[in-house]
Amino acid sequence: MFTVSYMPGCTLKTSGKNFEESTLKLLERLDVKVEELPSWYCCGTTYSLASDNIMNHLAPIRTLIRAKETGRRELLVLCSMCYNTLRRAQDLVLNDEEKRNKINDFMYREETELSGHEVRVVHLLNFLKEFVGFERLAEKVTRRARDLTVALYYGCMLLRPDEISVDASSENPAIMEELFTACGVETAYFPFKTECCGSYQTVNRRSIVLERVKEIVESAVKNAADLIVTSCPLCFFNLDDSQKILLDATPDFTSIPILYISQVLALLMGIEDATDYSLHAIDPRPVLKEKGLLR
Amino acid sequence: MKVKLSHEEINNENLLKILELSGAKVSACYQCGKCTAGCPTSDFMDIPPHQVIRLLQLGQIDETLEKNTIWLCASCITCAVRCPKGVDLSKIMEALRQLSLRRTENYVEPDEMTKENIEKFPQIALIANFRKFTR
Repeated sequence: MFTVSYMPGCTLKTSGKNFEESTLKLLERLDVKVEELPSWYCCGTTYSLASDNIMNHLAPIRTLIRAKETGRRELLVLCSMCYNTLRRAQDLVLNDEEKRNKINDFMYREETELSGHEVRVVHLLNFLKEFVGFERLAEKVTRRARDLTVALYYGCMLLRPDEISVDASSENPAIMEELFTACGVETAYFPFKTECCGSYQTVNRRSIVLERVKEIVESAVKNAADLIVTSCPLCFFNLDDSQKILLDATPDFTSIPILYISQVLALLMGIEDATDYSLHAIDPRPVLKEKGLLR
Repeated sequence: MKVKLSHEEINNENLLKILELSGAKVSACYQCGKCTAGCPTSDFMDIPPHQVIRLLQLGQIDETLEKNTIWLCASCITCAVRCPKGVDLSKIMEALRQLSLRRTENYVEPDEMTKENIEKFPQIALIANFRKFTR
């Protein structure tokens, strides 16, 4: 049985609970033991891009130190933003000796320092491919989906910049397609799969996010997708919650349910108790029942 | 109207600060527009991203700070990934925001948000927003 350290990030404990719940149940079925870090810190969501801003890197670095202290090499993350921030912060420490020294000096109370070589930040998709294997995962699928087509929404933070991309191609990634195809699920042609949902603009410029979400959803619907999967709680909120507003405001708007990757995978394995459907603005249950994923 | 731009006027203190904060090679941009083409929010901007770089090439920082462009950026990094000259526009946008935030005021005021608003957004949205738009 493989044991992996796990960092959930702040949002997976609240509005993103379904992502964590379904992943934990899924990994248990796949004989993976998940050990949440004894303490971890909000990654800060966005990696600070200003060259002199070192303060914003401290939280992710401290989390990596906690991961180092477990003695386990891999750190599993689910949230795209956590993945992006932790990876980029670690690369900074690895490549910039001056900043690494400054950071380690500032955190002098920590018993250990980070060099950047100790921990490997692994996103769920790469974890499932490398440490479980898509074929092995597919063997555990017990439910045949009935004529289901899924739009695979990567968003931004899993792919950009190139150095951290979960797939060799950040413009036309295929890792999710490989995974779902192995599980017997059709994947939609989806030209908006790497297009930004509008991210944090949702707080003070919701209209921009509504426009973006409308285009993303329309693309998925036009290409005959039954649902959209995502790996980011912010994308989830933008894509899901915005559709409620779009349904009120736009005549002829066709909505589409949004689910986390692991929610669909868990259902394919017959795991039905991993989701709190009250956290969905667009109820996915009708589509899930129709496609045979939910009894 | 005659505009005179000397070497000193272009390479002013503000431009040098932006170059330092971003580490980006603004002079390498040849205005191909790929950044604007890939930008998810460029439709809503006063001036598109590639015009921001052009203004920077001419040392016109103050003019870029008058536009809403940098505040509509979603930090999706698409521009940086697609630039054929390796100009990291995502870092330039951040540098411009930081220059404005450090010298003037917060772009959003968390204290002025209503309880209702704070509660409706997941924390990931609020933290990211405040990180980008406050000092």
